[in-house]
Amino acid sequence: MFEIIAELSRWAIPVILLVVPLVAMMRGVKVYETFVDGAEAGFATAIKTIPYLVAMLVAISIFRASGAMEVLVTALSPVLNYVGLPAEVLPHAVMRPLSGGAALGIASDIIKTHGPDSFLGRLVSTMQGSCDTTFYVLTLYFGSVGIRKYRYSVILGLVADLTTLMASVFIIRMLF
Amino acid sequence: MVNIVWLLLMVFGITVAAANGNIEIVTIAALQGANDAVKISLSLIAIITFWLGIMKLAEEAGLVRALAWLVRPLMRFLFPSVPKDHPAMGAIVMNLSANILGLGNAATPMGLIAMRELQKLNRNSDTASDAMCTFLGLNTACITLIPTTIIGIRLLYGSTDPTAIVGPTIMATAFSMFVAIMVDRLLRLIYSGRR
Repeated sequence: MFEIIAELSRWAIPVILLVVPLVAMMRGVKVYETFVDGAEAGFATAIKTIPYLVAMLVAISIFRASGAMEVLVTALSPVLNYVGLPAEVLPHAVMRPLSGGAALGIASDIIKTHGPDSFLGRLVSTMQGSCDTTFYVLTLYFGSVGIRKYRYSVILGLVADLTTLMASVFIIRMLF
Repeated sequence: MVNIVWLLLMVFGITVAAANGNIEIVTIAALQGANDAVKISLSLIAIITFWLGIMKLAEEAGLVRALAWLVRPLMRFLFPSVPKDHPAMGAIVMNLSANILGLGNAATPMGLIAMRELQKLNRNSDTASDAMCTFLGLNTACITLIPTTIIGIRLLYGSTDPTAIVGPTIMATAFSMFVAIMVDRLLRLIYSGRR
């Protein structure tokens, strides 16, 4: 099953890149001109995200560098023990929505220390694989179209992250 | 909400740095963060330009519309405010498919294209529309079939079964996608009066 999915994802993009221009040509589209026409907006879209990303990544960077994480872990671990989340994976849980790279670093570290096939190794692997960098996605996507008021999307993203986290803990406990 | 999160990260970070007697780290970290942000934005130029070109071709060829048509019942349920044959639907489907297959490089530009289309339908250009909130919720809680990066790391540290986490990941993300859809509906109701 896994091999099929892996193969599918290897082929997906090359197939799109083959099929799209071919179908376009058959429909009488001037392929090269149309591509360039569409691609023109790429630069502006990417540049538009700069102020939003700077604002968010500066705050996250200060938070990461200050050692605030250790303070947070100490404060929260009794509560999290109560709901069955091991304290070792808490830094990962806090970091995951903020910074994909930092979370990956923490995950690698736990896997290295406890072994990839241990309970903690499997748990943190699932957490890394299943959650998204919510704040990065929000900042980037909204930034690219100039949206400043995020309404309920922040709460929704955090609820989704928390749900994934709790589901990961539950499923790994059940399966292994 | 985003204002509070942003302020909390800054205030909490700076306070802890000061308490640890390590205040000079704040300035360094701030500049580092700004630097990373600009680097990310610049590196996006390449993939966004490329995918915008391909998507324009797909749109002119009628493929985006065809894709949107295929998944119409589901998309109409999720995005009632988007017209049924709108290009936004096609871009959203492309983005979610790329996410599910773990194609991060394609998922981001597709997502940004979907946001452009959704913004065309948005009446209030600096405020997120219902459809945008739903889209971002689905995006962050998206089903993941192959978590490529972490499988690589498990392999690196000598796992006997690096793909053992694929099943749990699919289950956890499927569940959270379901919850996200429900919560989205609820929040949409609560916020609909607060425009």
